[in-house]
Amino acid sequence: MFENFIASVMTIEGFAFYLFSILTIGLFSVTVLSKNILYAMTALASGMVLISGFFFILGADFLGVVQLVVYVGAVMALYAFAMMFFDATKDIKEKNTNNALVFVLGGLSALVLVLMFAGPIHSDAIVALYPMHEGVGNAQDVGMVLFTKYLVPFEVAAVMLLVAMIAGIILAGKKMEDSLTEDLSSDDEILTIKDDK
Amino acid sequence: MIGLSHYLIISAILFSIGLVGVLRRRNLLMLFFATEVMLNAVNIAFAAISHYYNDLTGQMFAFFIIAIAASEVAVGLGILIVLYKKHGSLDLDDLASMRG
Repeated sequence: MFENFIASVMTIEGFAFYLFSILTIGLFSVTVLSKNILYAMTALASGMVLISGFFFILGADFLGVVQLVVYVGAVMALYAFAMMFFDATKDIKEKNTNNALVFVLGGLSALVLVLMFAGPIHSDAIVALYPMHEGVGNAQDVGMVLFTKYLVPFEVAAVMLLVAMIAGIILAGKKMEDSLTEDLSSDDEILTIKDDK
Repeated sequence: MIGLSHYLIISAILFSIGLVGVLRRRNLLMLFFATEVMLNAVNIAFAAISHYYNDLTGQMFAFFIIAIAASEVAVGLGILIVLYKKHGSLDLDDLASMRG
């Protein structure tokens, strides 16, 4: 048992797997437990970079690149922009009633969810619906399936992204000229300086 | 050798971390971070199953999950900004207007 573990760590795949696992668990724990929004966001971003490492180990190259571009590039940049509206340097105060109870309940319900979904699978009965091809790159393979078998969901996802973009613009753009920060006098100062010139 | 169960276990651990965050957090922005953690955990499971069963369906689902996460963030952050303008805080206890 223990020799098996040591042998699996010695391979490149095993070493990378254990390294990424430990780092993602640590970073996501920081995300969930940290009091500072800036720390939480940085830990989340670096955890997502490491998760793309999992995808590369698993041979899902295109998924790994999409993870890097969309999650780390777009989503985290969006969070970073949103944090300019909120006060990010301040520690957030939260009233937590019973921490131990929440931990136990969270762990238990996650376990139940995993068992619910993993239990009924008879793994031998699974047949590959869209098998991967030997000697074809992952991106090419993904493209072939995505633009033939999953074309309608792909287009629906495109429409959904458009709707989300319009909704985001409308929600965030309302009353954009009003300052969000409490201190309105700083804005007046800037205006008076401008008037003096 | 690293098997499918290794990946599923790491995915379950990350999912539990996210779930603990969703249950424990009172700040809306932190709640969003916790849901991102959960979505990423599920993506690992999809990619691993896709690899070990030599099937591309798992990767397709992971792509659509990423698309949904992106649009969720776009709409959610818009709502967050509107709430912040209205209440001046993102704490769920301050935002709760219905007492039951």
